[in-house]
Amino acid sequence: MKINSTLRYASGLALMGSALLIGQAQAQAIPESTECIAPAKPGGGYDLTCRLAANGLQDTGLISKPMMVSYMPGGIGAVAYNHVNGVRADDPSLIVAASTGAAVNLALGKFGEYDADEVRWLGALGVDYGAIVVSADAPWQSLDELMTDLKENPNEIAFGAGGTVGSQDWMKAALIAKSGDMSPRDLRYVAFEGGGEALAALLGDHIQVFTGDLSELRSQLEGGKIRVLAALSEERMGGPYADIPTAAEQGYDVEWPIWRGYYMGPEVSDEAYQAWVERMQQLSEDPVFAELREARGLFPMSRFGEDFDRYVQGQVAEFKGLAEEVGLTK
Amino acid sequence: MFDFLIDGFGVALTPLNLGLAFLGALLGTLFGALPGIGPINGIAILMPLAYTLGLPAESSLILLAAVYTGAEYGGRMSSILLNVPGDAGAVMTTLDGYPLAQQGLAGPALGLSAVSSFVGATIAIIGLTLFAPLLANVAVMFGPAEFFALMIFAFSSMSVMMGKDPIKTAIGAVLGVLIGTVGIDSGSGVLRYTLGMPELYDGIDFVVMIIGLFAISEILLMLENSHSTDNDGELPPLGRVFVSLKEVLVCKGAIIRSGLIGFIIGVLPGTGASVAGAVSYTTEKRLSDKDNTFGTGDMRGLAAPESANNAAAVGSFVPMLTLGIPGSGTTAVLLGALMLYNITPGPMMFTERPEVAGGLIASLYIGNIVLLMLNLPLAGVFARVLTIPRWVLVPAIAILAFVGVYQLHSDLFAIYLMLVIGVFGYLLRKLGFSLAPVILGYVLGGLMEQNLRRALSISGGDVGILWQSGISLGLWVAAVLLLVLPWLVPKLLAGRKLSAG
Repeated sequence: MKINSTLRYASGLALMGSALLIGQAQAQAIPESTECIAPAKPGGGYDLTCRLAANGLQDTGLISKPMMVSYMPGGIGAVAYNHVNGVRADDPSLIVAASTGAAVNLALGKFGEYDADEVRWLGALGVDYGAIVVSADAPWQSLDELMTDLKENPNEIAFGAGGTVGSQDWMKAALIAKSGDMSPRDLRYVAFEGGGEALAALLGDHIQVFTGDLSELRSQLEGGKIRVLAALSEERMGGPYADIPTAAEQGYDVEWPIWRGYYMGPEVSDEAYQAWVERMQQLSEDPVFAELREARGLFPMSRFGEDFDRYVQGQVAEFKGLAEEVGLTK
Repeated sequence: MFDFLIDGFGVALTPLNLGLAFLGALLGTLFGALPGIGPINGIAILMPLAYTLGLPAESSLILLAAVYTGAEYGGRMSSILLNVPGDAGAVMTTLDGYPLAQQGLAGPALGLSAVSSFVGATIAIIGLTLFAPLLANVAVMFGPAEFFALMIFAFSSMSVMMGKDPIKTAIGAVLGVLIGTVGIDSGSGVLRYTLGMPELYDGIDFVVMIIGLFAISEILLMLENSHSTDNDGELPPLGRVFVSLKEVLVCKGAIIRSGLIGFIIGVLPGTGASVAGAVSYTTEKRLSDKDNTFGTGDMRGLAAPESANNAAAVGSFVPMLTLGIPGSGTTAVLLGALMLYNITPGPMMFTERPEVAGGLIASLYIGNIVLLMLNLPLAGVFARVLTIPRWVLVPAIAILAFVGVYQLHSDLFAIYLMLVIGVFGYLLRKLGFSLAPVILGYVLGGLMEQNLRRALSISGGDVGILWQSGISLGLWVAAVLLLVLPWLVPKLLAGRKLSAG
């Protein structure tokens, strides 16, 4: 398996060069009927990720036939991952939705026998960023004030979010603690079912800090119910988030991008893979698509093909290190 | 103050929106009636369609809201006719609905549940109109500790169902709790009882559970009966088709009380129609079941959960519209639909986009009336399902169950799991267990454990947090009273009689 994937990687690089020379003839490499698997039940983040591609490709005329969106819940994405590896490894019509959460689960070994280098990472069409949120009447005006208080009274301040210990929501809290020289194990972290419940708990002062995502905070921000102490992005975001400082600005070097992207089966031909990469690239540059992306509260992100593949592999390696450090992996 | 509502009716009463409310009500009833397709799936299927058709925001929201409330109406059909709950909120409906159908009262039972659903939903819509912002503040006061106390209250109110065989009821509830623990633990991320199968990571899905436990076991029982008697089995007689006014009036207390209970529970984020149905049924049994007829086809036992589950469905709009927090899985999907239109629900929506907020609330009023008009005559049509001979009905239910579960997971594993649970349910029934405590244990047990663990991780392990607030203390007291009073009151009365004599 390992040898296979290395070979594939090498031949992929070689073919990519020649594919660029061949140019536009690649569209035929992808069948007319395409499908996106959302590895979850209808209505969640993965559903939206698939619909972002499906609606975007449709509205910009990059596909002639509507893309089918199907659902494969189970194992927080593991069932779909195994399915693509085992059953539809070479299907050129199939893309599968993924996100930072999937990379975290891969790092924790929750995807069974398969590792992160066993699919072909296609690219990301958008990104959201983590945020450190407190209630509007909380005493802390900046991340630094919160961290100072947290170090003095770690038992008085409960963090919470929509994922379990070890999930990407928890990682945000753990990284912030680490950047302030605290052990993530000393944090009081409460796992809720989805960000909505955690937000309700924050508004009711049952938890004091919510490690959510920027895009889900808009209505509360406009309603003046919450204060975002830090955005976990490289630089300040625009629009309604312009006044929110990044964590790095305040001396805590934590970034947490939540990308929304796709992967394909491990044995998909390089021709088809490259045609998809180009199609996604074209899509991400289209102004019609920019509107769609904004409507979903996502920020632009353009990493495609090998670049994206390396990015995901790097992320998974980084999360593995963090998980070992705090004793999450066996 | 109610300008937004008047404008809302203006929006909702345009021909397009009226037509959409009607279409949504019809589709929703169908989605709810088919086992396996609940309101969440129905909305998830229609959402992209509405968006692609280019409907304006308020129109597609009206369509989707009508589907949601319609599904709560439809969920009762298979509960009453086949003893298979069509969705989560309709579990309690089976307890008295199915016996009624077997007594030849399927038509009146369907009619009564339509009326109860209508009244329950109406109570909740009025509550939503008048008190939404106020209630939003109450909803966030419910933290993990308060939810834990609420679940304790719900479990202790189940004691009323213990009836003939308290031990079996208790065992059934514990079995349900155990089944609910399968999957990734939502606190620590640890795998529990997954036997190395990724398919079990997410736990045993509610639909798989309910269809296996109820539908498959029912099919097995039918097969067994028809084999042993060497004929098609007795079909229940088809009596009257319409519910009489007298029957509705007998239930009026149950309907109104349950509507209020359902609304309040629906407002709390995280609890939904299933909890509302359970609490209202047990409350009503305690209050009005003087002759111990609940569970044998008592109209009030049917009316109570039907009123409550519709009220809860409407109630879950409160945190969504006022705080931007989804109160249930279905409102979470609706929230996603709003985001698609670049509308962020929350406190500002009533001032910034009054046509959306008002249009939605007005369409709830209209959709509810449409649903009643649609469902009363349909009762007679659907009641005829029971005249279908067994040899047609059994395979038909089996096909529906298989398709329903397969479309949910696109995976054969779910089908096998459903069959295993079905055999398990069949054995339980042969041993004289009632299935309702199992399913309630499964639903409530998970919520109870999660909230207990959340509360304890907030307090760092100090159990004092569980009764710190007034709300949780009140719920604890109520729970204890529920357990103690039925036992204490007769003794006190007997004592008084003795001293008087």
